[in-house]
This record gives sequence, C-alpha cells and structure tokens, in this order.
Amino acid sequence: MNLSYYPGCTLKTKAKNLEDSAVASMAALGVNLVELPRWNCCGTVYSFAEDEELHQLAPVRNLIRVKEVESNKVVTICSFCYNTLKRANLLITNDPEKRNTLNTFMEEEIDYNGEVEVVHLLEVLRDEVGWQSISQKVQLPLKGLKVAPYYGCTLLRPQAVAIDNVERPTIMHDLLQALGAEVVDFPFATECCGSYQILSNPDFVSHCVWDILSSALRWGAEAVALSCPMCDFNLGQKQKELRQTHSGFKGIPILYFTQLLALSLGLDPEVCRFELNYVDPRPLLESKGLLRQ
Amino acid sequence: MRVEISTKRIYSDFVKKVEEINGQTLPPCYQCGKCSAGCPMSFAMELLPNQIIRLVQLGLEEDIAKSNTIWICASCITCSLRCPRGVDLARVMEALRLITMRKNIDHVKISEIPQETIAELPQLAMVGGFRKLTA
Repeated sequence: MNLSYYPGCTLKTKAKNLEDSAVASMAALGVNLVELPRWNCCGTVYSFAEDEELHQLAPVRNLIRVKEVESNKVVTICSFCYNTLKRANLLITNDPEKRNTLNTFMEEEIDYNGEVEVVHLLEVLRDEVGWQSISQKVQLPLKGLKVAPYYGCTLLRPQAVAIDNVERPTIMHDLLQALGAEVVDFPFATECCGSYQILSNPDFVSHCVWDILSSALRWGAEAVALSCPMCDFNLGQKQKELRQTHSGFKGIPILYFTQLLALSLGLDPEVCRFELNYVDPRPLLESKGLLRQ
Repeated sequence: MRVEISTKRIYSDFVKKVEEINGQTLPPCYQCGKCSAGCPMSFAMELLPNQIIRLVQLGLEEDIAKSNTIWICASCITCSLRCPRGVDLARVMEALRLITMRKNIDHVKISEIPQETIAELPQLAMVGGFRKLTA
C-alpha cells in the first residue's frame, strides 16, 4: 500500500531518528510512505485568530500538493504537523467564506475544497495495519521493558482533531502492548511539556518536564515513548539540568514510538539512529536483551 | 485587588477588538476555575487564567498587560477542552497576545537569542515560538 507522506522540517534535521525508524518500520509492515513533492513548512502552530487567513496558506498549500498527486490521504508523523494540517483542513471544509478567500488568494494553485484526509501515523497503525497484524510481525518482543506512553497536546487537542479519547487515550498503549512491552500508565501522559516556551521561558519548561518525568518514574517507567519532536527535545534535553537540580534523578530515556516499533520488528537498529536521542537509550535496551552490545 | 467596574470599560474598543480577533462574543464564564486548575503553566503565572477572562470581560486591559500570564501560556488548549461553559480560553489568550504584537512589539527578541540556543533547538520550537511570541 502506498501512502502520501508529509515529513515537515524537524524530521529532516533534528529528528532523523523519528523519520528513518518510521519509514523503515512502515515498509516492513507493507506500507510505502511516499514523500510529497515540493512540500513546505506547515506553519508549526495553528493560528487561533479569526482574522489571520494568511497563516493558513502554508498548511493549505501542502494539502494542495497531496491533491495534485491524486491522493486522498496524507500521513504525518510529527504531532505538530498533524495538528496544523488537520485543523487547516477542517477550516477549509467547514468555512466556505474562508475557503473562497484562500482559493482566490492562491490563484496560481488549483482550488482546494477539503478533498484530502489528514491522518497521523498512529492512526494508520491502528486503522489500516491493525494491532493484531503488527503483533504477528513482531520478531523481538519488548518483553520486560516498562514504557510509559506520553501523548502531549497536539495529538489530542482540540477535540475536533483528537486521534483518540482526549483525556484517556490508549492508542500508543495499544501499540506498545502489541509490541510486547510492559505499558506503564501515568497521570501526566497528556500534560503539556511547556512546548515552544523553551524559547522564552526555559525555566518554566524545566518545571513542566520534571512534573512529567518524575510522575512516569513514580509509576515505574524505565523509558518514555512519544511521537512529537518538540516534546522529545524538552523531555530529553532538560534532563541534563534536572540531574543537577533534583538529587537522586538519574535520567530516563525518551524514545520515539517508531524506534520501538522498528526494534521489535527485527529491523537493523541502525534505522533507529539512537545516537540522536538526547538521553542514550542503548544501555537500557542492552540490559533488556533488546540490543546487542 | 481593587478594580473599577464601568460600562465605559465593558463596552470599550479593547473588548471589541478581543471579540473581533477571537471571532466570538465574550463567553459566559462563571468563574469555576477549572481552566486554572488544569493549566500546566499556572504555577508561573502572576494572574490565573480564570482571572484573565474576568478582566477581559470587564475591559481592564492595563491589568492584563501588567501580568506575565498571556506570555506564559503555551497554547496547550487544556483550558478550552475542559471548560464547562465552552469558553475557548486558548483563543482569548491568543487574541490578547495579538493586540500587543500587532503594534509591532515582539515578546521574544530574536536577535538576543544566543547562538548555541539556535543551534540546539529543533526547528519546530523556533518557528512555533516566533509565530506565537513575535510580531
């Protein structure tokens, strides 16, 4: 099966570990992620203002690229891209006046009327591949690995774009369970990591990150799984500082769910690009017999 | 905190501007405080999210401007999701930021960000931060 794929900027740079492990895993599951031609930045954060149509151009142009390759669906892996593209698509679908304004403004483009469906990779795994089919393809079950799935904001909020139950999501739990991991539920799984405030209020982000990680540890997690490069940076990079400020905190590896998927499907660990993770997960994976030393 | 309540304030240009950017009339908040209870950044805010919405309703622009609250909000939308009255507070916060930024005032000075920070941050953190916090 071929699926149009929108990567976004961070997957091509800082989060190559997310892209490479995702593309390889999906190929192993029989889904060929076909990168869109001429994609541009999605805009990163959706504009909440009523009078800022200009900010919708970037995401809508990407949706036009999907329509041009005659695809009716586009998959994103980055949570931020998912949210922005999905919300722009909803706006185009539900607001005829804004749709008209945007189409008129982009006169060089073909008209776009919401023909494309925006989905996140986790949804493809759940709805198109299926947990059962994934678990049948597992070569190396993640036995004994205690992983806490962390969802963050943009996969779940606002309600209209949520890929699962907004307060009690299980989609990543279900995937990790299919991979044989011991899934750790913890109360901060949908709490914000502080997001782009890392730019202007890094100390407040440290506070948020500590709340999340200390909770995951309290509930017995040895690693955290996520899908967002923003959360990955905050949750991973902040640990250097947290080790200084919180005595007894030894750190906890943060992994993309796609890295765990690739590993359990028996793919070459090279595709996981673990060297790019902010906290090296290899010692933990080796101790569980999931990675050769 | 003492506040002066007046119809002049309540029907001021400020309130109209918030409503215009927000795309809806100011909503029927009844001060239950659920937004502030669930806000992951409230620990750092000088005024709580529920106080901001009340001040907006009363047209008290200066009191909002004196606090750091709207610049601490990370747009996580937890408040909007949980509000029992359907108030989209994340949208109100954005409207309040935009009223300042549309006067060409940046909250983050891009030229003052250290080189190491730029090299370290993932692209989406910078683009996202600039879009939410600069004019």
